[in-house]
Amino acid sequence: MKHTIICLVENKPGVLNRVVSLFRRRNFNMDSLTVGRTHNPDVSRITIVMEGEAGDAKKVVWNLYKLIDVIEVQDVTDVPTVERDLVLAKVNAPDAYSRNNLTELCYQWGARLVDIGPDVAIVEYTGTADKVEDFIDQLRSYGIVELVRSGLVSMGRGIRIMEGMNHKTKRFAVPAALTNGAHESES
Amino acid sequence: MKLTGAEIIWECLLKEGVEVVFGYPGGAILPAYDALTKYPQIHHVLVRHEQGATHMADGYARASGRVGVAIATSGPGATNMITGLATAMMDSVPLVAITGQVPTSAIGSDAFQETDVTGCTIPVTKHNYLVTRVEDLAYTIREAFYIARTGRPGPVLIDIPKDVQNAVTEFYYPDAPIELPGYHIPASAHERDLEDALKLIHNAERPVILAGHGILMSGAVEELRQFAEITQTPVALTLLGKGAFPENHPLSMGMMGMHGTAAANHAIQQADLLLAFGMRFDDRVTGNLKTYSPNSRKIHIDIDPSELNKNVKVDVAICGDLKTVLRQLLPKLKTQQHKSWIAQIREWQEDGNQRDILTRLSRRPDNKLWAAQVIAALFNHTGGEALTVTDVGQHQMLEAQYYPHTRPNTMLTSGGLGTMGFGMPAAIGAKFGRPEEEVWAIVGDGGFQMTLCELGTLAQENVNINIAIINNSYLGMVRQWQEFFYEERYQATPMHNPDFVKLAEAYGVPARRVTTHEQIADAVAWARSIDGPVLIEFVVEKNDIVYPMVPAGADLHNMIRRPLDETPDFNNNPLAI
Repeated sequence: MKHTIICLVENKPGVLNRVVSLFRRRNFNMDSLTVGRTHNPDVSRITIVMEGEAGDAKKVVWNLYKLIDVIEVQDVTDVPTVERDLVLAKVNAPDAYSRNNLTELCYQWGARLVDIGPDVAIVEYTGTADKVEDFIDQLRSYGIVELVRSGLVSMGRGIRIMEGMNHKTKRFAVPAALTNGAHESES
Repeated sequence: MKLTGAEIIWECLLKEGVEVVFGYPGGAILPAYDALTKYPQIHHVLVRHEQGATHMADGYARASGRVGVAIATSGPGATNMITGLATAMMDSVPLVAITGQVPTSAIGSDAFQETDVTGCTIPVTKHNYLVTRVEDLAYTIREAFYIARTGRPGPVLIDIPKDVQNAVTEFYYPDAPIELPGYHIPASAHERDLEDALKLIHNAERPVILAGHGILMSGAVEELRQFAEITQTPVALTLLGKGAFPENHPLSMGMMGMHGTAAANHAIQQADLLLAFGMRFDDRVTGNLKTYSPNSRKIHIDIDPSELNKNVKVDVAICGDLKTVLRQLLPKLKTQQHKSWIAQIREWQEDGNQRDILTRLSRRPDNKLWAAQVIAALFNHTGGEALTVTDVGQHQMLEAQYYPHTRPNTMLTSGGLGTMGFGMPAAIGAKFGRPEEEVWAIVGDGGFQMTLCELGTLAQENVNINIAIINNSYLGMVRQWQEFFYEERYQATPMHNPDFVKLAEAYGVPARRVTTHEQIADAVAWARSIDGPVLIEFVVEKNDIVYPMVPAGADLHNMIRRPLDETPDFNNNPLAI
């Protein structure tokens, strides 16, 4: 079964490498991975969808916690969440007939036509992973020529707030009494 | 005080109480080596290969309980450390490895001797750092030592580019407690978990304690002894747990697992309660997981939560420091007796004694020199008081069987990774860590040759250790597998060896060869009388098997045993030695 795991990490170089390396090393299967900054400049948020048994997800959580740069981990598979995946699909739309149909489809689905070229159009749709799958199926009859998905992001509903979001990285500083002006450096 | 990055490295090591480091210089670490001239308080041991440096730092750390430090240059110097880091990682040994790196401006350009060392070492370190600003150096080194020695210990690597070593900044070593938001050190157990555990403990009729390395690392040897005595629970040790419980104690069953005692393995399989203290149910300890101790409830105490329910599902999983948790449990324990259970174990032990090669040789002596006899003789002549360091293979298992240890941290060995070549360099490190101990490196002829260049280090430093090479001119353990499982096709296991005595003497290390049982006492006495390194080559029987043996993946109770003397086909059985 699929598990969704949210991981808050320190916003430092190389942290993503450690997370991905862990999955490879422990032979866990990663379905999708989404990484991005947050409103807190010290914290990056990683959403991982993985395939595995309940025990595997637990192992992933404990092993992620062993990484020093990982601040908080949550398996949100069984937690009420809002989850979204975004898809951009470039489809064939060479004539007025197909473009009209596409416009109608987008209207029904709440999708958007974001680019119309001479022969092709790009549509954008956001929804749960299942909905995105269904929408892509609807597009197949037009002929999909290119497609990209953002990967799933997820957030707990209501007051389910991850404490790690407030994390502040401790900045090391030499006490002012010890310093007289700017640091020198030579190579 | 303004210092260069290179000076800051040594200042920080002094603050961390480091007295000895093991290293090898090179281009990208030269500024640090140059600055070492100003720090005579720190003794630098020049190794012959960077793998040796990591094993020495490892042996130093295991013996002393302090953090071991190894130093190397960029590129090949750093990659040579990977085996040693992986060894320390698997056995939870606190190390700090410091590597030079090409200047920050050259990183990523495939510069001379450039390797992505932090990338390479992610899987074999507890944590690692690439320091790109000299201002970050001091607190990074402090953090590295803290991470290496706390929680479940492990190796930490710090990669320091050459320009960072040359740059100058204000040196300041913070002394506030280290706060790492993503790093939690478990300590005590929840009351509820303790209650659950106590219920199982007090209802058990056939309990067994599985004591591992965690007992030693957390310093819980005395707590374990009290626990075992109050509850009259027999104790089986993992290989790395040797020394965690005195093996001359009536409740000791010796080692468990693939080459453990039959008594320990039978007891585990028939137990109704397993108490796993600071061990991780490695496949060499469990055999087939599906049939492992099928009728027992299980309590697992470990400091690493990812080890709980990893290989074996347990009834009570307690994440915490063993000493703390055992101290929580001790006052709540009720005195117990398990007389019939212990009597049953005595029976298994007696059967094991009957099958023992030493028992057999005492009944019908032969003229051959057997490896087990050598280990047993070493035990007798050192009064069981030596600090032994083994390599990997048959001699390692025989050490575990025939050299019972009674004091903690007196047997060092590469358990998890099984690193051949570990023994001699780790023994050098161990002697630096515990100079008052009599240190014996017990190694095979195969593993010894993997790091024999460290004889140079041994001679240069005049380290007072004794090396016992158990030479059967074979990769003995591989040969044993070929004998049992590959129809005696001894592919690539016979070894053409050098004259080890001449080899040692070429390095200026006194050496002797022992080929008969009668020569052992004299040679060991001679080795012990010499203040400095000594090597003894014991030429032992080639056709030797370590019994009992649980074949890989087999059920733990299905051991290949040495047949009893009265077995009808004893004289025709090629394995009956």
